[in-house]
Amino acid sequence: MPKAFTPKVITANHLAEGDVVYLTSGDEWTRDLSQADLLTDEAIAEARLVEASTQHHLVVGVYLADMKAGENGPEPVHFREEFRRRGPSNYFHGKQAATA
Amino acid sequence: MYKYNDFDTAFITERNRQFRAQVERRLSGALTEDEFKPLRLMNGVYLQLHAYMLRVAIPYGTLNSHQMHKLADIADRWDQGYGHFTTRQNIQFNWPKLGDIPDILDALAEVEMHAIQTSGNTIRNVTADHFAGAAADEIADPRPVAELIRQWSTDHPEFQFLPRKFKIAVTGSPNDRAVTKAHDIGLRMIERDGEAGFEVIVGGGLGRTPMVGKVLRDFLPQADLLPYLEATVSVWNILGRRDNKYKSRIKITVHENGIEEIQRLTEARFAEIRPLFSGVDQEMLAEIKGHFAAPSFATRDTDAFDRAYDTDPVFRSWADTNLSEHRAEGYAIAQISVKAHGQTPGDASSEQMRVMADIAREFGHDELRISHEQNVVLPHVHKSDLPDIHARLKTHGLATANIGKISDIIACPGMDYCALATARSIPIAQEIATRFDDLKLEHEIGDLKIKISGCINACGHHHVGHIGILGLDRAGVETYQITLGGDHTETAAIGTRTGPGFGEHEIVPAIERLVEAYLKLRDSKEETFLQTYTRLGMAPFKVALYGEDTRIKAA
Ligand code: HEM
Ligand code: SF4
Repeated sequence: MPKAFTPKVITANHLAEGDVVYLTSGDEWTRDLSQADLLTDEAIAEARLVEASTQHHLVVGVYLADMKAGENGPEPVHFREEFRRRGPSNYFHGKQAATA
Repeated sequence: MYKYNDFDTAFITERNRQFRAQVERRLSGALTEDEFKPLRLMNGVYLQLHAYMLRVAIPYGTLNSHQMHKLADIADRWDQGYGHFTTRQNIQFNWPKLGDIPDILDALAEVEMHAIQTSGNTIRNVTADHFAGAAADEIADPRPVAELIRQWSTDHPEFQFLPRKFKIAVTGSPNDRAVTKAHDIGLRMIERDGEAGFEVIVGGGLGRTPMVGKVLRDFLPQADLLPYLEATVSVWNILGRRDNKYKSRIKITVHENGIEEIQRLTEARFAEIRPLFSGVDQEMLAEIKGHFAAPSFATRDTDAFDRAYDTDPVFRSWADTNLSEHRAEGYAIAQISVKAHGQTPGDASSEQMRVMADIAREFGHDELRISHEQNVVLPHVHKSDLPDIHARLKTHGLATANIGKISDIIACPGMDYCALATARSIPIAQEIATRFDDLKLEHEIGDLKIKISGCINACGHHHVGHIGILGLDRAGVETYQITLGGDHTETAAIGTRTGPGFGEHEIVPAIERLVEAYLKLRDSKEETFLQTYTRLGMAPFKVALYGEDTRIKAA
């Protein structure tokens, strides 16, 4: 039996600012994970990744990150993505400060 | 201190102009990331988890007050008001915007600083003993040699696309404070029959495959240094494994080919190129040495110091812990800990930078050093000024008396910043420091080096910590592996793994059990953790970590 596909979002860093961004269903880059498009189909995820990777004038280091569906949109399943959406733990900098 | 000449200034200006244009082309989309990445890495620009990072070289760890003020201004204007001092005598800014970096580089150039070759597969910032020119045990000041190597290696056409990064450290003292045995090349300045020269150590390094460097040449006359370095790097440049990133460092080349073969090839290449060095390098070295003339030390009494030492226990504790012996009568080397309990190791706020700069200007012959242990050093202060200095430091959270102690932890940025990390390092360092401060055990424990890395790249030197901690991702959980018995000095050694790792909430109690065991096991207060470990071996510490069972299994 093929392994169940873990849902994913497309994520990258913003070219000019360097901060973490996610791709929405409308093909816009957002700084807010809850706005990201949760991709549940592997073939679509791969196709959208190829498409997003061509946007090198907007973003850097595009990849697919594992997520699960939460009440407020996609949520990380791994701690690395948790830190990416929040910011560092030693200072109140990064996303946590921007959204506070 | 070294002063740029016209050539240096023109070179940096041109380099910054080129990089500004490269950044513009990247932002406009004319360059792709694949095209831009090697260019930004030539100029110290990384992309981390949450932002870009700019790594600025502090050559051989030396700064004047003017430069420190500029770093503070950069932190305020283009970053979040602080900087991070690293184990390789660099400072990292964690939050710059790509479009601002050319301006930051221009600001640095105003005070003769740059970010060239602080990343990429080149010869990196040359590091040196942070007590250079001040230490009582010093044979010669290593900084002129480090500066000569910097000038030779910067933009060296043969060495811009090496198999991997290449790191050189120099020490002028028999007590090695520059971790020379964990560098690609370590140089120890020595004398033989009255002649000045070097012991050349090659192939040290940490990372995935930690190795202690081996002696490549036991005595190299001073005038042969550059041709010999050039020979060594070019031998590796040809042999080094470009097919596999994990096998590309010179330590692997030495390991795979054997030190004798590397010696033979290096000597052969050296014989070829030695005649090409006409002696201009030695003339330059002589001129550079002039820049590093010792300050004129004053002869004063030390009454103010003695009085404070006798009457103020807080000052006494700081003096006992943070001062080292200076070669001039009445002077001391003072280390400023930027590791107040609970703070991020190596971080200094812009305000703290300014305080340290002003103290250096007023009391310290305008000199500051950055140590590989991520602290700041006032290399030349008269003892009679120390009570005043201490009082000023205290009001800015800079008077922590913990140099060389359990809370003087080296920690890499880990997963709070670094894109390569497998776990966080900083919170573990913060918790250990806070915990032992609460227990009021720090000074009872004595000298103990804890070093933490957030992945196998070992930027936090965990392999050479008396207690090393390596953060890993085990099935999606942050897990910390402990090593014991590492040593970063002239008796360098790689630590040994204790066994299974510990979770985020288990690691600090585990360290506490290790320290409790040491306090019970040491034969006197004078026996350090490392000495007790060397005497008794792993067994009692394993029991402290994992309980009696493991001893039965291990037996
Ligand atoms: C976040 C940005 C950083 C990145 C991407 C990074 C990356 C790396 C990598 C990939 C290596 C292993 C190289 C190899 O084995 O060939 C390494 C080694 C090293 N890094 Fe970093 N590092 C970073 C930050 C730092 C910091 C902040 C420090 C100082 C606190 C540091 C100090 C070192 C040292 C001393 C080594 C040498 C270990 C060895 O001998 O292999 N690095 N770094
Ligand atoms: S050791 Fe790993 S986690 Fe730490 S700074 Fe180096 S590359 Fe990043």
